[in-house]
Amino acid sequence: MDFTFSDEQRMMAASTRELLADICSPAVLRALAEGRDASGAARWERYCELGLPGLLAPESAGGVGLSNIDFVLIAEELGRAAVPDALVEHAAVGVPLLAEFAGEPRVQPVLEAAAAGTGRVAVALPQEPFVAGAGEANWLVVVAGGELHLVPPSEVRLVEQPANDRLRRLHRVDYSPGPATRIATGAAVRDACSRAVDRGALHAAAQCLGVAERMLEIAVAYASDRKQFGHAIGAYQGLKHQFASAQVKVEFARPVVYAAAASLGESGEKMPVAVSHAKLAAVAAADACARIAMQAHGAMGYSWEVDLHFYMKRAWALAGAWGDGNFHARRVQAALWSGAQPLGPAHTFAATEG
Amino acid sequence: MAIALHYTDAQRAFRAEVRAWMAANVPREPLETLESARGFAAHREWERTLARGRWGMVTWPEEYGGRGCDLIEWLIFEEEYYRAQAPTRANQNGIFLLGPTLMEFGTPEQKARFLPRMAAGEEMWAQAWSEPQAGSDLAALRATALRDGDEYVLRGHKIWSSRAAYADWGFGMFRTDPASERHRGISFILFPLDLPGVRVRGIPQIHGETGFAEIFFEDARVPVANRLGAEGAGWQIAMATAGFERGLMLRSPARFQATAERLVELYRQHAAELDPAIAGQVAQAWMDAQAYALNTYMTASRLIAGGTIGVEASLNKIFWSELDLAMHDCAMRILGCRAQLLPQAADAGDVGAWLEGYMFSLAGPIYAGTNEIQRNIIAERLMKLPRA
Repeated sequence: MDFTFSDEQRMMAASTRELLADICSPAVLRALAEGRDASGAARWERYCELGLPGLLAPESAGGVGLSNIDFVLIAEELGRAAVPDALVEHAAVGVPLLAEFAGEPRVQPVLEAAAAGTGRVAVALPQEPFVAGAGEANWLVVVAGGELHLVPPSEVRLVEQPANDRLRRLHRVDYSPGPATRIATGAAVRDACSRAVDRGALHAAAQCLGVAERMLEIAVAYASDRKQFGHAIGAYQGLKHQFASAQVKVEFARPVVYAAAASLGESGEKMPVAVSHAKLAAVAAADACARIAMQAHGAMGYSWEVDLHFYMKRAWALAGAWGDGNFHARRVQAALWSGAQPLGPAHTFAATEG
Repeated sequence: MAIALHYTDAQRAFRAEVRAWMAANVPREPLETLESARGFAAHREWERTLARGRWGMVTWPEEYGGRGCDLIEWLIFEEEYYRAQAPTRANQNGIFLLGPTLMEFGTPEQKARFLPRMAAGEEMWAQAWSEPQAGSDLAALRATALRDGDEYVLRGHKIWSSRAAYADWGFGMFRTDPASERHRGISFILFPLDLPGVRVRGIPQIHGETGFAEIFFEDARVPVANRLGAEGAGWQIAMATAGFERGLMLRSPARFQATAERLVELYRQHAAELDPAIAGQVAQAWMDAQAYALNTYMTASRLIAGGTIGVEASLNKIFWSELDLAMHDCAMRILGCRAQLLPQAADAGDVGAWLEGYMFSLAGPIYAGTNEIQRNIIAERLMKLPRA
């Protein structure tokens, strides 16, 4: 029993943070949101240099062969930066989903390109109808009519869904399935889909932790600087106590997210409850941080000029991605009421202990 | 080091050993409340039974009556303890708070004198910190311990001292420098509660039982050897104790997981008749109890790897106290009209321990440092917001 990350895991997260501070600064986010930036391809190059797209790809496809627990701190960093590219969707959902079907001759070359980052993939599932990264994808993994298809962009119709988070472009992917693109059918598709949703939810939760902390940092800095009635507003308990409550939520979401990452590492089938709990807890924490961060900024927090809103909108976007609150709350409750979830003090690690 | 959320074979064997011992030894019927003379005596006897099995305090070194367990084994022990519905630890102020403090700051003589008897359940401890004018502002305390040869002469008035009505010893904070102010000039002193010049008056709690007491010191004399740590270092030592209290040991996660399990079962029995919103509250309670457990395992792993616990203790204290209150509040809603009844009422149904638990949970945000004080600590020391 050990609940500490390795030095390697921490170092990878630190390198990711360093890169993102450089290429996803608030100035970059602002330029993108205001349509003054076209650096997307250059950014993707930098992600590839660090090997991020293929971290979870099997070594047989040229990837690094890491697991969800290795990626979770990286996803946290990507959330912290409100990364304006569908990197998590590619690396932590698209690539692992393709890897499940690597035996298919048509999949292997796409997987290899995805692992190298030269080919970008996006995933459209019935559970995740608004697809991030579809606009930039070289391949789309589409589930339609219970079948899994690997489709080039030329064969789908993308319906852009203008989104509140302008740094996360969303599309509906319309596709009329035909036999030429079919990869798999039946139960294998259903199971693979549900694992993909779990991976998406887990890493959305990790991003929520990161963006939550970022919002607190921005707001603490502001509240320490801004003076009213002769004192920094952050010295008043009315704000302090709200800040502390939000920090409590972040701290108690964190181990839930990490434990869920470890449980997915064991086997994709074990205990989706752990993932749903992680998503609910991390979303609630990010939501609480967004609220206090905005309140601490006063009217400034409601303005476009302050950077805070980029991070708030990411938090709200992630709340609805990869299973919204209704989906995850129902999944937890179903397991509790049916008795599928073992209860009580000796079952803390039901998800990993089996 | 890397995350591996599996128990080792040795940890599984340890769990099996605890489980078997609890199955054979936990009293079949719940003991009387420990907030009565008879109930306290029964709990004292249970502490002795635990000690005979060498389960008094598993993390302590063997020489003091422990088993030298690490914190993961402690968590496993606690899980099995609550799973078996074993009695409340009447000596928790001793074993969870003073014990670790003695281990860190005590002289070899003090450790040998106090720890084995604490682990054996022979001496029960009460905490004597708060005063009528020094609650949240503990540094305003005025009780004094003036040096007279080889003795300190204790004068003053302590209050809200849990267990003091029935315990044997107290650990308190006194000004050894009467001219001192605030955090300076305070010393940490151990004293017998039956000492001449020490008068204990029980204070009934909202349920009518004597759960805490006030203590009057009227020139009570204790040897200087009863001082823990250096003269004037009492505040730093007390804050270390408070860290243990809020941080890890006082409220092990198993306690809340056991409550959450009972809550889910209560909900299942009554689901058909309830406001649908209650389902979400019950699920939230289970998730939060689970989160608290995972967080504690993470903290334990960090400590085993050489880390420390500091301000994080305040995060824990807020979380567990609010969780406990939320769970009991939810149970009262489920019980509905029956929540008015005492458990012995003819039609009380499954009110059982929920009412008493609810009332006790209301104290959680107050004792061990109010949650308002914890929020100040988090905001100022962890988040670095400006001080008031």
